[in-house]
Amino acid sequence: MDLSIAALLAQDGVTNGAIYALLALALVLVFAVTRVIWVPSGEYVAFGTLTLAALQLGKTPGTVGLLAAMAIVAGLMETASALRRGEVARLPRRLLTWTAVPLAIAGAVAAMAPLELPLPVQILATLAAVTALGPLLYRIAFQPVAEASVLVLLIVSVAVHFALLGFGLWFFGAEGSRTPPFSAASFSIGAVNVSVQSLLVVATSVLLIFALYLFFGRTLYGKALRATALNRAGARLVGVSPNFAGALTFTLASLLCAFSGVLIGPITTIYYDSGFLISLKGFVGAIIGGLSSYPLAAAGSLLVGLIESFSSFWASAFKEVIVFTLIIPVLLWRSLTTTHHDEEE
Amino acid sequence: MRTGRLAFVAFVALLAALPAFAPQFWVTLGNYIGLYSIVALGLVLLTGVAGQTSFGQAAFVGLGAYTSAYLTTRYGTSPWLTLWIGLAFTGAVALCLGFITLRMKGHYLPLATIAWGISLYYLFGNLEMLGGHTGMTGIPALSVAGIELRNERWYYYLIWAIALVALWATNNLLDSRPGRAIRALRGGLEMAQAFGVNGARLKIVVFVYAALLACVSGWLYAHLQRFVNPSPFGINQGIEYLFMAVIGGAGSVWGAVIGATLITLLKQWLQDGGPLMTLLRDGLELVLPKGVSPSGNFEIIVFGILMVVLLQRAREGLWPWIARFLPRPKPVPVPPATPLAARPREQDGATLLYVRNARKQFGGLVAVNDLSFEVRPGEILGLIGPNGAGKSTTFNLISGGLALTSGDVAFLGASIRHTPPYEIAARGIARTFQHVKLIPQMSVLDNVALGAYLRGRTGVVRAALKLDRVEEARVRAEAARAIERCGLAAHTFDAAGSLALGQQRIVEIARALCADPVLLLLDEPAAGLRYLEKQELAALLRSLKAEGMTILLVEHDMDFVMGLTDRLVVMDFGEKLAEGQPADIQRNPRVREAYLGGA
Repeated sequence: MDLSIAALLAQDGVTNGAIYALLALALVLVFAVTRVIWVPSGEYVAFGTLTLAALQLGKTPGTVGLLAAMAIVAGLMETASALRRGEVARLPRRLLTWTAVPLAIAGAVAAMAPLELPLPVQILATLAAVTALGPLLYRIAFQPVAEASVLVLLIVSVAVHFALLGFGLWFFGAEGSRTPPFSAASFSIGAVNVSVQSLLVVATSVLLIFALYLFFGRTLYGKALRATALNRAGARLVGVSPNFAGALTFTLASLLCAFSGVLIGPITTIYYDSGFLISLKGFVGAIIGGLSSYPLAAAGSLLVGLIESFSSFWASAFKEVIVFTLIIPVLLWRSLTTTHHDEEE
Repeated sequence: MRTGRLAFVAFVALLAALPAFAPQFWVTLGNYIGLYSIVALGLVLLTGVAGQTSFGQAAFVGLGAYTSAYLTTRYGTSPWLTLWIGLAFTGAVALCLGFITLRMKGHYLPLATIAWGISLYYLFGNLEMLGGHTGMTGIPALSVAGIELRNERWYYYLIWAIALVALWATNNLLDSRPGRAIRALRGGLEMAQAFGVNGARLKIVVFVYAALLACVSGWLYAHLQRFVNPSPFGINQGIEYLFMAVIGGAGSVWGAVIGATLITLLKQWLQDGGPLMTLLRDGLELVLPKGVSPSGNFEIIVFGILMVVLLQRAREGLWPWIARFLPRPKPVPVPPATPLAARPREQDGATLLYVRNARKQFGGLVAVNDLSFEVRPGEILGLIGPNGAGKSTTFNLISGGLALTSGDVAFLGASIRHTPPYEIAARGIARTFQHVKLIPQMSVLDNVALGAYLRGRTGVVRAALKLDRVEEARVRAEAARAIERCGLAAHTFDAAGSLALGQQRIVEIARALCADPVLLLLDEPAAGLRYLEKQELAALLRSLKAEGMTILLVEHDMDFVMGLTDRLVVMDFGEKLAEGQPADIQRNPRVREAYLGGA
């Protein structure tokens, strides 16, 4: 291996690592606020890429139908719960949030699909459609069991992963898709060739991470989420509704995942089931961060990206083995350095 | 009891009769249900009871299957020998993985198990010697007494014989000394350790037990199929095993069988299609039209949605729901038995417990500032002080829950400064908790019997084989005596969680007594009790003292302490404010100032 190959691998590693970092942040966020280990995050990534790919071809993406169906289910659930509790007066507003808005997004995306609008508009449409699936999923699958044990939440999460995987195959078929690069340009620094595409991915990730930092540090909603993550009961007492916190968290997390999907689309061919492995690599990054520290999770994800890219050069058949075995020394290191707290169920 | 046993006999009879009348297809399903049940059983123990989630069981099934496949095809080793080699190998791997990952907080484990599940899967698929992704063929059939079990109907009996033995052994294990300790793990390590349970070690033991069950299932699978490839050992299958345990009801061994049956039949039904599936499919097409490919994977969608709905309706799985319709076994009074050996009492020294210049700092905060006092044999010493005085911190320094920053604590003449809580328990200190830590679903008797953990020696193997009955009878008798001594005999068989808070505190004292301690540490025993309950508690403590017990109690409630204790140590801002007879303390102006703000 000479320097230029090493530089190329490092560039690949950092680019993938930046995408894993977004996922790792989404996973840490969801776990901290809702205690859900968000296994289906990978499907959101795949939906991001494949929705954009469908829009590129001028086809209506299947995610639009799913969005509409989930909006209707959520509306029915809200109606049932409002009738049961006698809160009919609040129903119109809830139906507006849970049904009308997602339906409007679905309608708008479906209407613009055949128009073949420019790429930035299509990206916005993709982000809107996939992000809207987040809070709906929380409302339908997780809110009814929000107080259950981490194990039950995890199993629900896996069940949702299965269902979304099936939907993915149904909507997008078994063939993979790749989206066109945002930019085909590249330039050289010395002997090293740097693609503008990679730079864009890294810059977008950094920007998003910075935006999250501002959101959590400066805004009231951000602070409410942080409070919920630290102490659920306490946050509830000061007026942060756990349902609201959950839905908001899922919105942010699915936005991050949809972004990852849009960013990874030009780099790798994405199949309906590619999301799982990608999100697991985000998990590895998140675990390195102890599922609680955002900067460590981002750093861990970069490490995962680098190890993956270098191991694919040396032993490509064992690439996955190396990446996932990496977790074991990391766990050992963490188990020796973290102080233990008993968690109670 | 009778009906329960009848139901069990009917279950076994149905199992035994199935191959005789059912078509081949049902026998095949039965085989798979048996194989899956064995794996899910391990998860019931590991996940449902001990609270440790694993997605990696399929990898252990793979280790069992591949070990036997490799050795029998390559070296012609007898399958009956490879079973033991596979168990040894799987046990060693599980020991390493468990040692590393089980020390982590709960949610690391599921993620770590996903990671190694995937690693092992890719390893199976990429190793030339294991046949790569195409796998290995030509695995010999098992033979019993010279007869080759090539017939699935015969193999069925072997699978279910092993499954029933595993069921029996796991059930025995749950109802035993190690079983109580395993159930205690779920409530957090602190309580289990206070009664001498080495929690970290026990978790690893349970983990290895579950891995070994998975390995046996893999071995059976390899010689049933006589062909292995990596796909049944991937992460998806690992996830499915966990589904079986959770859907079935991970709190009971029957949950494993029910979950394995339900998931296997459901998947079969979904794959077969049938009119209902066609209807569902058409319905979905109606809701979600568009130019969608017809190759949609409906069964996985329906499966996922069904699981979500089921868990929303029954979080604890199906078994608790079914168990409601089964008759409850009537509790049998605990028969008397030879008492357990009591601890030899040395009454020579004038001091039981020394606290010398104990100091605890949390960063810049000095919670306990060079505190010294002693506890003498046979006395009730009260440690009191206003909120935030450092009482509970002191308590935890003695019981081993927190490490001293400097200073020393000595018990029976030996320092316990670096002694882990489960060894402090072994030396003769038993404690209660400020926030009651009982296992709510477990009976009062079982909760109290956990206190006698260190007085028994039954290990996992003896317990699983039911060789522990003599000792178990003595432990139960001891627990029943402790319960009676504390006046709760009427609640012996009630679930601990169904008792009032005051009674639960008494159960904690009974549990501590069951450990036959030299020193009893009580952490705010009167907190949250009503007046009458407090009086009963005081009477109980007095009678314990009369029997020679030494008690150190941390309390908040001055009235409660004044009439009860022999001496008092008063703390304020982490320091000792005063020490002496209750009557003197009551008159002490500094104490009055600390409590009443200088009245």
